[in-house]
Amino acid sequence: LPLSLSLSLSLSPSPSPSLSLSLSLSPSLSPSLSLSLSLSLSLSPPLSLSLSLFLSLSLQEIMKWNGWGYSDSRFLFNKKGQAEFTGKRYRLSGLILPSLKDWFEGTFGANLQHRSPATPSLNLSAVAPPHLNQPFVEDLKAAGLSVSHDPEDRVFRAHGHCLHEVFALREGRIGRVPDVVVWPSCHNDVEKIVELACKHNVCLIPYGGGTSVSSALECPREETRSIVSLDTSQMNRILWIDEKNLTAHVEAGIIGQDLERQLNERGYCTGHEPDSMEFSSLGGWVATRASGMKKNIYGNIEDLVVHIKMVTPRGVIEKSCLGPRMSTGPDIHHFILGSEGTLGVVTEVTLKIRPVPEYQKYGSVVFPNFQQGVACLREVARQRCAPASIRLMDNEQFQFGHALKPQVSSIFTSFLDGLKKFYITKFKGFDPHHLCVATLLFEGDRGKVLQHEKQVYDIAAKFGGLAAGEDNGQRGYMLTFVIAYLRDLGMDYYVIGESFETSVPWDRVLDLCRNVKERIVRECKERGVQFPPLSTCRVTQTYDAGACVYFYFAFNYRGLSDPVHIYEQVEHAAREEILANGGSLSHHHGVGKLRKEWMKASVSGVGLGMLKSVKEYVDPQNIFGNGNLL
Amino acid sequence: MLKKRDDFEDILEERRRSSDLRYALRCYTPTLYRGLVPCKASMLKSIVLQSDHLQYVIKQVSSESGESTEGVSEEASLILDEMAHCLQLSTIRFFAFTLSKAFKRLFRSVCVNEEGIQRLQQAVQEHPVVLLPSHRSYMDFLMMSYLLYTYDLPLPVIAAGMDFMSMKFVGEMLRMSGAFFIRRSFGGDKLYWAVFSEYVKTMLRNGYAPIEFFLEGTRSRTCKSLTPKTGLLNIVMEPFFKGELFDVNLVPVSISYERILEESLYARELLGIPKPKESTSGLLKARRVLSEDYGSMYVYFGHPVSVRSLAEGKINRSQYNLLPRYIPQKPSADTHEFLSDAAFRLVRIQEENMVLKPWVLIATLLLQNPDGLDLSSLAEQTDWLRHLALAFGAFLDWPDHEACSEVVSCSLALHRHLLSVSAGHVQLSVTDVPQVETTPEEAVFHQAVVVLSCASYRNQILHVFLRPALLAMAMQSANSNRKDDVYNGFNFLRKVFSNEFILCPGDSVQDFEEACYLLMKRGVLQVLEHEIVMSASGHSTLAFLSSVLDPFLQGYQVVCRYLCEETNENLTEKEFIPAVRSFALKLILAGNTCYEALSSDLQKNALAAFLRLKAVRKLCLFTFLFLCHTGGKIPTQKPILARL
Repeated sequence: LPLSLSLSLSLSPSPSPSLSLSLSLSPSLSPSLSLSLSLSLSLSPPLSLSLSLFLSLSLQEIMKWNGWGYSDSRFLFNKKGQAEFTGKRYRLSGLILPSLKDWFEGTFGANLQHRSPATPSLNLSAVAPPHLNQPFVEDLKAAGLSVSHDPEDRVFRAHGHCLHEVFALREGRIGRVPDVVVWPSCHNDVEKIVELACKHNVCLIPYGGGTSVSSALECPREETRSIVSLDTSQMNRILWIDEKNLTAHVEAGIIGQDLERQLNERGYCTGHEPDSMEFSSLGGWVATRASGMKKNIYGNIEDLVVHIKMVTPRGVIEKSCLGPRMSTGPDIHHFILGSEGTLGVVTEVTLKIRPVPEYQKYGSVVFPNFQQGVACLREVARQRCAPASIRLMDNEQFQFGHALKPQVSSIFTSFLDGLKKFYITKFKGFDPHHLCVATLLFEGDRGKVLQHEKQVYDIAAKFGGLAAGEDNGQRGYMLTFVIAYLRDLGMDYYVIGESFETSVPWDRVLDLCRNVKERIVRECKERGVQFPPLSTCRVTQTYDAGACVYFYFAFNYRGLSDPVHIYEQVEHAAREEILANGGSLSHHHGVGKLRKEWMKASVSGVGLGMLKSVKEYVDPQNIFGNGNLL
Repeated sequence: MLKKRDDFEDILEERRRSSDLRYALRCYTPTLYRGLVPCKASMLKSIVLQSDHLQYVIKQVSSESGESTEGVSEEASLILDEMAHCLQLSTIRFFAFTLSKAFKRLFRSVCVNEEGIQRLQQAVQEHPVVLLPSHRSYMDFLMMSYLLYTYDLPLPVIAAGMDFMSMKFVGEMLRMSGAFFIRRSFGGDKLYWAVFSEYVKTMLRNGYAPIEFFLEGTRSRTCKSLTPKTGLLNIVMEPFFKGELFDVNLVPVSISYERILEESLYARELLGIPKPKESTSGLLKARRVLSEDYGSMYVYFGHPVSVRSLAEGKINRSQYNLLPRYIPQKPSADTHEFLSDAAFRLVRIQEENMVLKPWVLIATLLLQNPDGLDLSSLAEQTDWLRHLALAFGAFLDWPDHEACSEVVSCSLALHRHLLSVSAGHVQLSVTDVPQVETTPEEAVFHQAVVVLSCASYRNQILHVFLRPALLAMAMQSANSNRKDDVYNGFNFLRKVFSNEFILCPGDSVQDFEEACYLLMKRGVLQVLEHEIVMSASGHSTLAFLSSVLDPFLQGYQVVCRYLCEETNENLTEKEFIPAVRSFALKLILAGNTCYEALSSDLQKNALAAFLRLKAVRKLCLFTFLFLCHTGGKIPTQKPILARL
């Protein structure tokens, strides 16, 4: 068992609200170091060093303003033309990735000589002056709330991570941004803010971790009122833990990794690990119906919540008890889950928690082709024996993962790798251009994990699968966390791309994957993209009746005058193809403004009418006017 | 006009120069579909029998009929055995050898557009391919397989009518060369349909081989394209609709013959001399045909038509989301309309790519002049017609640098058995009449064989003249220059003749505009905002055009008169054809109508049109169908009769 130390540094928040304004300028926090020893098999695998960063009001100090993640972590090609990942936060940090360059150039036809660098810093003069509702701001200040109309604060909260949003930032183009940012520090603050917003008729846009990929955070162009970004980051405390019922009551602004770490310190976890968990917030999960990698054990967000408190213009909505299930008409939680900030602000959530698992083990299986892999996943789902996570990458993604292999330190390892490759391709006859790999994560008590592991590998063997080691599995999961950083690297060299997802019945998985990938290739060609795009997918979740499929799509845009527009057209076509092949509009990214046009077809006219009438009742003034979903 | 289309290459040239045996035994390495799932013909059967779709239908049939599922499965298996092909390369090689010999004797050249072949090579790799040849002769599908073998393309599997299978030995040979056999009618037989459709779809999905079938369903005896059938088209499109395939490439193939092997056979059949049952001995007797000259043959592979782009915006594929895909679903009204529209368009592509020889023009002229023409005036008129045809976009293969009279006499030579030429005067006439006494009726039939044979050549060019001719006819009968009146007349004729010719339903405005455009371009008409005016020089063109359709109009009038004058009581469908035939015979003897009214094809089409227009009504189902012309009771009949 590989043991590794994980250092976790947390900053304790300053309790005084009056200090907060100055904080945004110079975070004079008093850091209290707490060392915690844990096995690398504890949660949040990719984070060997995690900072509880969201306690600061100005995120831009440690986060990129025009790209993904931490400022200190990025991919670059060094002087020797080798790729490396900077910083110290991830397993990959500081390592050289020798094969990434070849993969990158070969896959995209990109060239390290052709650079498309981003604007280095935010041009403050490009930010329109705030359109302030003075009485409202005054009332906020009078109520003792932290308020800012600093351009950097506003720009930072004006976007999610859709391609067009990040692309515009890199070019220094700033569209409509919120006029004011306000930081409530508790439920009562939110109530006050919403009340004042109604009184002064301003538009409120709740902001959690800012990881949206559905244009949900974009300010609607047609909005004429003052737009206020309500940043929940200061509402980040675990209010109580109930060990008898295994629940925790948490403020909704808490960031995934902080929640998990703090619970771990008490011996618990939620087990909710969406790929964005380093940055996304609990409130955001609720508002988008998030799904976690380990949902097979812990469930998706809708299975995890016991109680939700949300502040709406009509008042506070919540249930009266913590009963595990109720038959009291349609579940009101389901008006909140997936409401995407159109009805109010989620302030507090009671979640189920579980003891931290005793043992965790990665694994991987190589299949001769994608069809066999899907058949295996289907069988695993049929037998209901899915491990905490099971994902199947297609051949392109397998090769992509391979390109991220760090430099091998010893001749012995390289010899072993060679041997493995020889065994799989020559001895077993797998075609390197067809084989694909499933990554696995088992969790639980040791004995059961090993037993479970055997069961899954036995099933895999029936479908021609060969166990391919823990390391491959772990690297597969790492890919999830670094892929967003890789997009920034691509954008430095004329490559743009993004991911999107769907859910689909089992019998259509293969057809959907093939058709959508092919549609992407074809649409790119028709729109004059010179080099074939990267069009790849993986099956990331299994359910009784179907699976969640995740697509990556990227292309080299040299020679195109409006690459983002072409990107959007292709993504649009890909979504059409998904819907035509029996896939859903979204499995967990949500609808936002990006996919609104298909809502009616997805949920029927009556369904949409129901949602609209709820909106009308709850928020007649359209205070929560982010324009998502409906 | 020929230039916009691809150039041809004569494949027989190579055959005449090198060994047929070596050709038959050469290394055959076809280009393959990139998504090919390799599987043998025998495996195919078990895949089909175990498919969810077939299993579902077997259970359904078993619960409906009370038969055991094993019994029904057994039945399905038998159906499949009867149907399935067993494509073998060795048989193809055998055919490659024998057909090389035969083709060299029959044809002067077999011309193929090489670019079409290249496009097909590309298409075959990308998506499963469906080949849709026109069907004028038995030769068609032998020729298709022969060509694909020649060009190293994957050999097709061919949907063939069951009638072939009754031919001893030959049926099996065809089976081994890729033919699979379907019953002509199996309307209500769920199990049969399920086996059949699953068999075709499995081959398509796995990319087993290109599927080949005839949109027209059967050989056209008249050389006019037949109204396409949509059943098989639906089967090959469904895997795309249901997302099982990214796309399917449909490749229309136009096969034309300078002289059709079955020429007089068809004419006799149309005249009610029954078609000899397909039999091996019959085929052997037909050896005589080997000693004759059939001129050239042309095969034009059209541009592949992607089902995906055809369906774009017309088919909402989400309609298949809510039902498991193995459960058979009747095509929705939208789908039905789409299928029919697509089928018509494909047949029109076939028509447009059909190579026409000068003889087609000559035949048209000779039919319009039953008393014959002088050679010089024939040459002159042929030249005039040639220019008209080219202006209308005909795909005419006219020899370069040859005098018109030269071309005409060459054509006449090839078709001399239909003509008599004496003292520079050409006339359609019977050439090989037995010298025994003939009754006037027999004489009529002998002459009708010649006329109908000749008509089958004229029919090849009808699609070029059809729309302008309908307009010309409408103008004649409209007695007014108002555009609306002319359009109404045009639309009426279009409706009447839509069983006769390929007229896409719903395209009437488009067709009208096309006709106006073509005639305007020729300076025949002036189309103003509300009026259509004939120009001074346009008379001869209009007269020619309306007389192109004249035989059809006369034929429909005969059927109409028969229904009005001769039948007072109900008439069974069986009696209809012979009765109309003898009625027409009487009229011909009295000199009141043309020979083409004897064609059973025309008579059937006319009846179908009257049924569709509700001038005639079917009374009863079952096998005996009673017809009753509804007299003046249905208002639509009046105008139809009046206008005809």
